[in-house]
Amino acid sequence: MSEKISFTIDGVALEASPGQTILEAADAAGIYIPRLCKMKGLMPFGSCRLCTVLVNGRPQSACTQPAGQNMTVENNTEKLNDYRRSVIEMLFVEGNHYCPFCEKSGNCELQAMAYRFGITAPRYPYMFPDRDVDATHPDVMIDRNRCILCGRCVLTSKAVDGKNVFQFTGRGAHKKISVNSAAGLGGTNLKVIDKAAEVCPVGSIIKKRVGYAVPVGQRKFDARPIGSEIEEEKVK
Amino acid sequence: MSDNLEKIVSEICTRYGNDASRMMDVVRDAHARFGFVSSACADAIAAALKTPRVEVESLVSFYAFFAAHPRAKVVIRLCNDIVDVMHDGHKVWETFEQELGIKTGETTKDGAFSLEYTPCIGMCDQAPAALINDVVVTRLTADRAREIVRELKSGSDPAGLVKEFGDGNNAHELVRAMVVNNIRERGAVVFDAEDMQPGTGLKNALAMSPAEVIRAVKTARLRGRGGAGFPAGMKWEFTRESAGSFRTVICNADEGEPGTFKDRVILTERPDLLFEGMTIAGYAIGAEQGILYLRGEYAYLQPFLENVLNERRASGLLGQNSAGKAGFNFDIRIQMGAGAYVCGEETALISSCEGLRGDPKTRPPFPAQRGYRGQPTAVNNVETLCCVTRILEKGPGWFSQIGNGKSAGTKLLSISGDCKKPGVYEIPFGITLQQLLVKAGGADAIAVQVGGPSGSMVGPKDFGRQICFEDLATGGSIMIFGPGRNLLQVVQKFMEFFVEESCGYCTPCRVGNRLIKERLDRIIAGKGEKTDLAYLEQLVEMVKAASRCGLGQTSPNPVLSTLKNFRQCYEALLLKETGGMQPAFDLKEAVKDAENIAARASVHC
Ligand SMILES: Cc1cc2nc3c(=O)[nH]c(=O)nc-3n(C[C@H](O)[C@H](O)[C@H](O)COP(=O)(O)O)c2cc1C
Ligand code: SF4
Ligand code: SF4
Ligand code: FES
Repeated sequence: MSEKISFTIDGVALEASPGQTILEAADAAGIYIPRLCKMKGLMPFGSCRLCTVLVNGRPQSACTQPAGQNMTVENNTEKLNDYRRSVIEMLFVEGNHYCPFCEKSGNCELQAMAYRFGITAPRYPYMFPDRDVDATHPDVMIDRNRCILCGRCVLTSKAVDGKNVFQFTGRGAHKKISVNSAAGLGGTNLKVIDKAAEVCPVGSIIKKRVGYAVPVGQRKFDARPIGSEIEEEKVK
Repeated sequence: MSDNLEKIVSEICTRYGNDASRMMDVVRDAHARFGFVSSACADAIAAALKTPRVEVESLVSFYAFFAAHPRAKVVIRLCNDIVDVMHDGHKVWETFEQELGIKTGETTKDGAFSLEYTPCIGMCDQAPAALINDVVVTRLTADRAREIVRELKSGSDPAGLVKEFGDGNNAHELVRAMVVNNIRERGAVVFDAEDMQPGTGLKNALAMSPAEVIRAVKTARLRGRGGAGFPAGMKWEFTRESAGSFRTVICNADEGEPGTFKDRVILTERPDLLFEGMTIAGYAIGAEQGILYLRGEYAYLQPFLENVLNERRASGLLGQNSAGKAGFNFDIRIQMGAGAYVCGEETALISSCEGLRGDPKTRPPFPAQRGYRGQPTAVNNVETLCCVTRILEKGPGWFSQIGNGKSAGTKLLSISGDCKKPGVYEIPFGITLQQLLVKAGGADAIAVQVGGPSGSMVGPKDFGRQICFEDLATGGSIMIFGPGRNLLQVVQKFMEFFVEESCGYCTPCRVGNRLIKERLDRIIAGKGEKTDLAYLEQLVEMVKAASRCGLGQTSPNPVLSTLKNFRQCYEALLLKETGGMQPAFDLKEAVKDAENIAARASVHC
């Protein structure tokens, strides 16, 4: 019944169903649009801006923008990839990301994205912020040094777990991830089995006692770059 | 004590129907009562509104006028806008600091006074200015600052600081402000009251069908006065045609763009013209509710505006069968803001009206489709809605023939800075900057900032350009910089403003603006090098393209427009190339920490 929408990404024709975002339609067609805050199965938040594409020449976030009839989308261009490098580098300098000894290393989407884009060092100066750690919960901890303010934990706790464990406080540079208790994460009703405890793309929300469990070489992004799982769709 | 707190909080929440979407009002009242929102208070609010406590913290921590830690009984907020700086604001600020014995950002030991900076409070034509609690004090000098502190220390209420009232309604018993209007030029649409017939616009509108009202606004070619210039009739049509269970008209009186103050003058002198316009908009789009979003800085106007609304209710212009139109039940409430520039962005404004932190929303959907509480909403600027009333009163043809043929009507311009006659000018579209500078007594300007920090800085070679939607479009902020002004200092101030006001939702704006500011500071400190200009250009382009809302998309404009129009200001400050070496690299500085740790000097420098 519902009409299919035809549009192109970098000259490749593809179809979308009404209401589908550019990013979802691209995924289905095996075209990878880089993303950090967007996660499959979760409504888009639109915070990282890594997925910025040009729609008929105008920048839009592909994770929030519905596909439209006859749209011309540019994705894998030098300019857009440079913006993406900027976003990744900004996230690295804004926080304190000590990858070499971070438990999330090898499974971290930010780190994997930097590898995908061949970033060895950021062009921007580090900000070295003073951020705190919350280890009050018996099974899960928050290390805000690594938070990229993506919003996944906030959305997941609400929409999937039916709780309200996480929310942002503060504005601008003072924005941070907070929890629904004056006593810290340990004072909330978060359970280690909650979905919100496992969606963090970086090493900010991590489960205790599982760090470094997987040897180097077998970690999620050791074998192939982030995004490969989507690009392999194309080959099939 | 804590029972008492819960009782008071519960009373406040009951006032707003224990509705979590009224959290702005609840927190505002709690703040007025306790001076800050303590952890216990946040718990009490959360319990009464049946919302998670972190949601209360989230809101409180977003707005500059709310605090989670004790603040003094008297909070002095010094407007540190560039125009205040140009009018010797520093001397005033230093005096406050000396007299109170604290630095800005601190509270006196006895808890009596807090001193803070705040961005533009809409008083650039009477700078330097400050807010003392809700009381506005203008044209400050060091002497006056000294007197103010003495009076306050002797126990005077801040309201007692106002000795002489301003003109017009500033002297109204519900306003009693020292603010002056400074209306320098009255145009046919808003300020020239000669042939204005209050109520006629609304009467005419109600005699037409809503579709005809929308057509009239379209025929008049009315475009939004808030900055973006979107055709008002089209916006209303989209809103009217969107499916929803109710619709809302919101008037954007956040007026946060530094250098604009024209909405303040409309609110003071033409509130009925505005409320009439909101009522017409309500009729046209099929809304029963209007909201006036009033910036926290204009709280001194709130009792006056509430009174105007009450008078309109009493005379039947609002409420059941508004203005005698059977079945048209329209009313207006005032939503106070609390110090956040981003809340002028229409979707952030809607978030704020819903009792949330002022995060912009994802679009699409646009407010016309899903706005306030997820229902179709039209957001319009104060001035736009005043134009509506006049269009319905005098006819679209009358309106569209004012202007330069393309841009219809008049524009209210807020002029400040280096000129003899700062104030509000209502002028038909099409006037050139040069003509404007002559009128304002600022013809020796070296630069003019058009449209506030998010607009652009233009130099004399562009003074022949016209103020209109097709050339120099502006929400109305015009800041004039005379000979000898340091333009990069202006840019620095503007970037400081955007860094402060970024909501922090998206990466480019939250991080990028700080990076731009860092490099700019370095150049201004004389430590920049040639490559820094390309570095800035890359950042500017990326932040503009990739940011999520209009704030980030325009925040690099001060740097962008000065790199284009005043590049020599940057170049003059750059370090000279030194034979293949990186001129900004300071070897001494680079090894300083290592030397300190090793406790001996390096042999290399
Ligand atoms: C950061 C930011 C701040 C804004 N501030 C205001 C404001 O204070 N007043 C205003 O009317 N519009 C402001 N706008 C524009 C509004 O988003 C919106 O376009 C306007 O209120 C629509 O009204 P209009 O069509 O009548 O101009 C702002 C936009 C941005 C991005
Ligand atoms: S804690 Fe993790 S999931 Fe939550 S906002 Fe930060 S980076 Fe995202
Ligand atoms: S551009 Fe992004 S961070 Fe800046 S105000 Fe808009 S949403 Fe917030
Ligand atoms: S993936 Fe689209 S903004 Fe983050």
